[in-house]
Amino acid sequence: MLFTLIRRDVALWLGGGAWLPLAFFLLVAMLYPFGVGPDGALLARTGGGIIWIAALLAALLPIDRLIAPDRDAGVIDQLSIRGVSEEGVASAKLIAHWLSFGPLLMIAAVPAAALLRLSGDTLARLELGLLIGTPGLAALGVLVASLTAGLRRSGALAGLLMLPLAIPLLIFGAGSLAPVPGSALKLLAATSLFLVAIAPFAAGAALRVRD
Amino acid sequence: MDGAGQSSLLELEGVACERGGRLLFTQVSFTLGAGDALVLTGPNGVGKSSLLRLIAGLLDPFRGTVALNAHVALANEDVSLDRDMPLARALDFWASIDGGKVFPALDALGITHLASIPVRMLSTGQRKRAVLARTIASNAPLWLLDEPGNGLDTQALPLLESAIAKHRAGGGAVIVATHQSLEIPGTKSLVLARPFQHGEI
Repeated sequence: MLFTLIRRDVALWLGGGAWLPLAFFLLVAMLYPFGVGPDGALLARTGGGIIWIAALLAALLPIDRLIAPDRDAGVIDQLSIRGVSEEGVASAKLIAHWLSFGPLLMIAAVPAAALLRLSGDTLARLELGLLIGTPGLAALGVLVASLTAGLRRSGALAGLLMLPLAIPLLIFGAGSLAPVPGSALKLLAATSLFLVAIAPFAAGAALRVRD
Repeated sequence: MDGAGQSSLLELEGVACERGGRLLFTQVSFTLGAGDALVLTGPNGVGKSSLLRLIAGLLDPFRGTVALNAHVALANEDVSLDRDMPLARALDFWASIDGGKVFPALDALGITHLASIPVRMLSTGQRKRAVLARTIASNAPLWLLDEPGNGLDTQALPLLESAIAKHRAGGGAVIVATHQSLEIPGTKSLVLARPFQHGEI
């Protein structure tokens, strides 16, 4: 059942808008050197953080299409009638959402790292950080999308809700790229795991509220 | 209440429904067994759709109990089919969950020729037929149809009626909320009324 739901979401995503978050991510990585100038050392020092911010915004981009269309079209009701729990729906959405941007972001991080003059070593740590951190971003996305699905003008509200909640991921993600990373990667993993663990239940509870 | 227990698909006992702080209806009780049909009528806003959602388990009753002993299929105004997918594929998503077959259902409503058309291109009436086809393909013993005749043309109405007849002949039951006079023989009828008047069979 979970597999059927994930396959549907991925098929819908492939049908339209698949490249949007990716293009957005690369665009930010391209614009940043224009903004701060071609100082290689400065770019290399700050580039990792910019990539994390770009990843965060790329994860935020598809959020208004994550839950609201299904909720409005009665899909979640129909699944519920068929005995699929709201938590199950949220879990499927989480996995499908991560599949739709996580792997692509990790691929796009390679050219982005080149644009921002990141060293090979930093890129390796960035990729590891993205692998660990993007599921947390996906979890936040599903959670916020579920909370705001029934509301008008939910797009801006979703951003306002999600960005502050993503601060720990951003701090530990960018922190893991510092010359002395300490235990940033472990804390990133802990934060990400926590979000992935609670998101299906919190999002499920939000989905269960019907008007 | 004879034949209740094992053979009944659905049993409502003193059900009241509250929406947004208002009581819609109270004291709704009935039993539905295999082959039964119930036509639900009442003024707009009295809670016909809410009663169907309540039976489907999407709402909790304010009072009373709903004992459901079968899978249900709900056909309401929500299309619940992916807009960009061809109709047959969009229906197949649900049919694969339900273990039903899409093409016999499309055939029963005369929309086999629309199988490859994206759902967003369908007209209102065609969408209604598609929703009914999803219901047929659901294999659920109890159908909950909310205004199933809305938007259907004169060719589609007999198809709907014969689909209901076939479903009942196969041991299924159906609840139809409608303002139209559908040809459904041997129905019970339930007129929902505003609170403090009793709904009666």
